[in-house]
Amino acid sequence: MDTAGGQQQHPISLYLKIWALLFVLSALSYGVDYFHLQGLWRWGLILVFMMLKAGLIVAVFMHLAWERLALIYAILLPPLALLVLVGLMASEAGYVHLTRLLFFR
Amino acid sequence: MASPGLRGLVADWSSDRQAFHVAWGKAMMWIFLLSDTFIFGSFLTGYMTVRMSTTVAWPNPSEVFALHVGATAVPLLLIAIMTFVLISSSGTMAMAVNCAYRRDRVNAARLMFVTAAFGALFVGMQAFEWSKLIAEGVRPWGNPMGAAQFGSSFFMITGFHGLHVTAGVIYLIVVARRLQRGRYEGRGNYQIVEIAGLYWHFVDLVWVFIFALFYLW
Repeated sequence: MDTAGGQQQHPISLYLKIWALLFVLSALSYGVDYFHLQGLWRWGLILVFMMLKAGLIVAVFMHLAWERLALIYAILLPPLALLVLVGLMASEAGYVHLTRLLFFR
Repeated sequence: MASPGLRGLVADWSSDRQAFHVAWGKAMMWIFLLSDTFIFGSFLTGYMTVRMSTTVAWPNPSEVFALHVGATAVPLLLIAIMTFVLISSSGTMAMAVNCAYRRDRVNAARLMFVTAAFGALFVGMQAFEWSKLIAEGVRPWGNPMGAAQFGSSFFMITGFHGLHVTAGVIYLIVVARRLQRGRYEGRGNYQIVEIAGLYWHFVDLVWVFIFALFYLW
């Protein structure tokens, strides 16, 4: 698939299939809101559809699936640091929320 | 013997070592996109923080962004259409890259113009959405629906994304014009289309996260 010049050449039918799949996944995630799902189902499905769509775009449309591992790791590993930030800020936000409940009500 | 001083600095940093076996433009675009990931990641984390820590109820996006079709309010209708428009633009962009590598520069340029048109349509709908919310009294410092942080998160995140789409539209048009004029014909190197495509797909990728975390959550 990956030619000598580092060019990405794939059949156009592949792109059309992914395009259709992204449409279906978007419709499904819109359905989560439209049918008023709540609680675990709501955020579970939102996150699953989000990660599936993101994965398809990065892997196929951006051709990362066919790149060498050196590039794949250089791109995919650093954003994991954001998860640490999310964890820290979630605990901080919980603390701020509790202090606001105590002092500003 | 390594040369000293500034000349040595340049020599050391460019001493023919290559980690990524792709064109330098593509590697640089990926690294730029990585840095952009951190910008949007920080925005979305900030949004999570203010939404979790506020004691006032968060406005329900499903209702705030509803559109009236006839008498019934359809939740998130405009946002759903914007999502489909952006995904379609990603599809046409992927096909433009495909055409470019087959040396079909006429169709590649056409598909890029279609992509740019979808992008412009997206920005137009965003402008409509912004003016609708501003007319309803949503401001960065407060709004009639609930938590004040809603406005600042909304305008910062969607505004920054909209700027990216606008820049992408201009970028695509510039590259498509050059394709039409046969600028890349001489070297026969059409990698620039894939690099522009990487940026465009990234803009779509960011919207996937904004759609899920801001509008649906």
